[in-house]
Amino acid sequence: MSDTKVKKMLFILSKATIENVYAAFIMANGARMEGIESEIFFTFFGLEAIQKKKLEHLHVATVGNPAMHMPTMLGGLPGVEALATKMMKKEMEKLDMPPVGEFLEILSDSGCKLWGCKLAIDMFHLEETDLIDELDGILTIGDFYNRADQDGTHLLFI
Amino acid sequence: MTQFSEWNKEVCVCLADEQGICMTEKHWEVIEYIHEKYKNEEPLSIRGIKKSGVINIKEFYSLFPGGPLKKATLIAGIPKPKSCI
Repeated sequence: MSDTKVKKMLFILSKATIENVYAAFIMANGARMEGIESEIFFTFFGLEAIQKKKLEHLHVATVGNPAMHMPTMLGGLPGVEALATKMMKKEMEKLDMPPVGEFLEILSDSGCKLWGCKLAIDMFHLEETDLIDELDGILTIGDFYNRADQDGTHLLFI
Repeated sequence: MTQFSEWNKEVCVCLADEQGICMTEKHWEVIEYIHEKYKNEEPLSIRGIKKSGVINIKEFYSLFPGGPLKKATLIAGIPKPKSCI
């Protein structure tokens, strides 16, 4: 158990751009490494990160992202998003950051619970077989709040 | 203990004891792996543990509960890894 006042971190991941997915994964893994419990609830587009066929094809957003420092029109040209993604993945590999699939395995083995959002899964007509084997289950938001019902728990929406 | 040169097996057992850990054969194997990495100046990470072939992540968490890399490096007498992963 952690000596800090933070005992449990619950993340809600609603987006599937690389930067958002990695932010959630790194913080959830970092919590486990500090002896803090962690769980991730994948909802809406966040579900892309736990779909077997899609998780290795996540992109960085080049349109509507002022931090890319390129004109919006340029960011929308064919291949620009793929190129920016490739460059970012290369930089990540240099820092020994695991790809999404391997990161999910690490999180699961580390004891981080991975949950799918029932409503979003129904909305996108997904089957359990479409989702990763490491998934701990499919929850309603009520179920997820029940998991937050203890002192020192924090919820973070990404 | 302030320097790695002061580290020995007795100190290690004491440090582990303070953390509530009783050293087993598997613990020693992990400590050996950590020392190897430290001597080669290779950064430690949880991904590295996964690939180490010495131990898997689940076992690592159960051997050093509550912050495995932090506790394992403390017991091994080396600085806590600076990496975020």
